[in-house]
This record gives sequence, structure tokens and C-alpha cells, in this order.
Amino acid sequence: MANADGGAYSYSLTVFSPSGKLVQIEHALAAVSQGTTSLGIKASNGIVIATEKKTSSILIDDSMLDKVAVVCPNIGIVYSGMGPDFRVLIAKARKSAQAYWKIYGEYPPTRVLTQEIATVMQQATQSGGVRPYGVSLLVAGWDINRGPTLYQVDPSGSFWAWKASAIGKNMVNAKTFLEKRYNDDISLEDAIHTALLTLKEGFEGQMTEKTIEIGVITVPTVTELEEGKIGGETGRPKPTFRKLSEEEVRDYLAL
Amino acid sequence: MSIMEYNGGSVVAMVGKDCVAIASDLRLGNQALGISSNFQKIFPVTDRIYLGLPGLATDVTTLRERFRFRVNMYTIKEEREIEPETFAHLVSSTLYEHRFGPYFVEPVMAGLSKTPSGGVKPFIAATDLIGCLNFAKDFVVAGTASSKLFGVAEGLWEPDLEPEDLFETISQTLLNAVDRDAFSGWGCIVHVITKDKVVTRTLKGRMD
Repeated sequence: MANADGGAYSYSLTVFSPSGKLVQIEHALAAVSQGTTSLGIKASNGIVIATEKKTSSILIDDSMLDKVAVVCPNIGIVYSGMGPDFRVLIAKARKSAQAYWKIYGEYPPTRVLTQEIATVMQQATQSGGVRPYGVSLLVAGWDINRGPTLYQVDPSGSFWAWKASAIGKNMVNAKTFLEKRYNDDISLEDAIHTALLTLKEGFEGQMTEKTIEIGVITVPTVTELEEGKIGGETGRPKPTFRKLSEEEVRDYLAL
Repeated sequence: MSIMEYNGGSVVAMVGKDCVAIASDLRLGNQALGISSNFQKIFPVTDRIYLGLPGLATDVTTLRERFRFRVNMYTIKEEREIEPETFAHLVSSTLYEHRFGPYFVEPVMAGLSKTPSGGVKPFIAATDLIGCLNFAKDFVVAGTASSKLFGVAEGLWEPDLEPEDLFETISQTLLNAVDRDAFSGWGCIVHVITKDKVVTRTLKGRMD
């Protein structure tokens, strides 16, 4: 029973093993650590989230692959692990953000949305007939209350706020690298370069705008906010999260 | 007779210079018969937001509890106080949930919202019984005396009133409007909200 694969406690229902572990969740974490590396860094004036985009064949049209997803104008998510599970989670997250907008007339703060996603992921560890989600997420967002925040969500449904974190294949090395590189007053531009440098460690193949995806949170200035509040009733406020275009990624790689 | 006039009552809110005021009458009636002269229709939502609920008394009580519940849940979940703009949308969506069997109330909100630079901005709003929002720059009225309130407020209100002058303006507006309405009156209550305090005063009115 005490096999390396978890034995009787590793299939169908998520059930506690006698040692108090949920082996299914550990398997899900194993699925995550097989996924491509993703990382996030919080800067003084924003956040960067970045990931490696790998294709199994050169014949695949990689313009279709999207690993950094926009949830709502102020929140973006990147993942490591199973693509299809991520797609389902993103659909739920977007729906939840719009539901929040329908009630309060504004998009959810990062923490509230993260908690909502974490709840969905937790439910998959306690319901019958389902398996846990095979993804870890890095949620980057900006809100008026807490400013820029970066959260990591794991298959167990637990979540933490980070200054910088990495998930996926090279997470241990990447985290050590980030620990050495990180300081509190790093600028967004520097953070983007640190992100690319971190990804470069243990990157398989060529780093190009086709194999890298980057999303950034830009913190709005007070003047922008005052203007946004006036036009807030009718006009849409400027998004704080956006994905960098291939051209922009190429420019950052060239430097 | 309309269900909106069954118990009677009126609310008005006005914007001043870095302050807002909200006031209501205190009557509760059964059609033309007066029942109570101390029926509160204005409730504090946070330290800086007040909500007035003129309309069917049973729905006034129900909605007060409903909003208390939803605002408490919001405060706990978000770990912050709700802003007036956000609360207005919450009121609107709560009422629209009952689009085809509405609560018979026309909420009026008054509060001070925080600006990104750290100051305060006066905020007032009102909705109809199914939650259609009306953000006004000057004043909003609701209840059985709303048509009269509109008229008096049009005549008395002016921009950038200081708290004391705003109190005088809203009090005279309400007192004189409810005297021309059989279903509103029997005393008034006025709240003036400023950055560092809320002043609440009850006014005597005609008892006929």
C-alpha cells in the first residue's frame, strides 16, 4: 500500500491517507511541476507575469496558444500545468468578475477574485466524481484598495500573496534566482528584464517572442485616477492589466 | 389607490460644499389615518453613508435588513468599508433582482466618497422601485411628496452651501413640501454628513 504511487489512496475520490495526506493533491502538484515555468514579480510601479510557451511540434500554430489570460481590465492570470484545466478556470474567473461587476458596477479587487478561484479549486478536492485542477496560478491585479498584488493559487485551493514567485518545471531554481535578484524598489522595466533573465535559466531552446508570453500591471497615477472617476459613470476606465504584443516582447528580448 | 401611497412618507437628499444632507418625514399612516409620528425611514449604512427608504413600510423594514446583511458581508469579504458609488450599484442590483415583483420603495442615498488624492466628494443618488439609478449633482427627492419637494428644492437649493446653510435649506424644503402632502409630515429628521461628523436633528412639524 505504501507504494511510491500512493497505492490505494491515489485513485478516484480525494480521501485522506492514514498519514494525513491527500495524495491526489500531491499528484496534482506533480502535474504542475511538469508544466512549463511561469513567474511573477511585483515592482514598485506594477507587476510582470511571464511564462515559457512550449509546443510539442514545429507544425503547431503557436499564435493560437494563450498562457497569459486577461480576466477583467485590472486582473491577469498565468499558469503552469494542464492547459485544459486552466481554460476552464479562466472561464469561471471571467464569469465571476462579470457577476461582481453586475452587482457593484466595478471589477473585483484582486484578493476577492483570487479567493473566488481558490474556492473553485478547493471544491474539486472535496467533491465526489472530480479530480483536483492540475494547475498552479499566478494572479496579478491592481485595485484601489490594495494597489498592485500578486497571488499564487495551488491545486489544494490555498493561496498566498508574493513579492515574486515561480511555478512549474524550474520553480525551485527560479525562486532561488529571484530571491537573489529581488529588491523592494525595483521598477517595472527592471522587473520585466529580471523576469526574462529568470526564464532564461533552464530555458529549453530559443527564447523568442513566439516562445515567451508577458503580461503587465501598470499602476495608474493619481491624476489618471481622478480623471477616471469623473468619466467613470459613462466611459470605461483605462485597463491596468495588458498583455505585451509580440513586438514589445521582441524589443525586451533584444535589450 | 397606489401601494406606493399606502403608508406615506418622503425623503430628500442634497449636495453641499464637502458635505451632504438627507432628510425625511416621520409619519407612518394607514392611507389617510395617521398611525405613528416616529417612523424612521433613514438608516446609516456606514459612518459616511445614509440610506433613505420611502414607500411601503413593510418593505422599508425588510430592505433595511437586507442591505444590512449585504453590506456586512461586503465589509467582511473585502476587509474595507463600502464606498457610496459601490453601495448605489448594490442597491440598484438588489432592487432589479425583483424586477417583476418589486419592493415598493424608492431609495435615496447620501454619502461622502473618498477621492484618490485623499479628499472627500459629496455623493447623492436615488433609484426607482426597480433600481434605475439617478446620480444627481444637486438634489434628489422621493416619496409621496416628491412632486412638491421638487418644486421647493428647485427654488431654495444653491451650489456650494456650507453645512449649516445646507441644513437650513433641506429643512425648509422638506417642512414646506410635506405641508402640501396629506401622506407626509408629522415631524422630520435631518442628517448633515461632513468629513469628520454627522449632525442629526429632529424637527417639529404641523400635526394636521
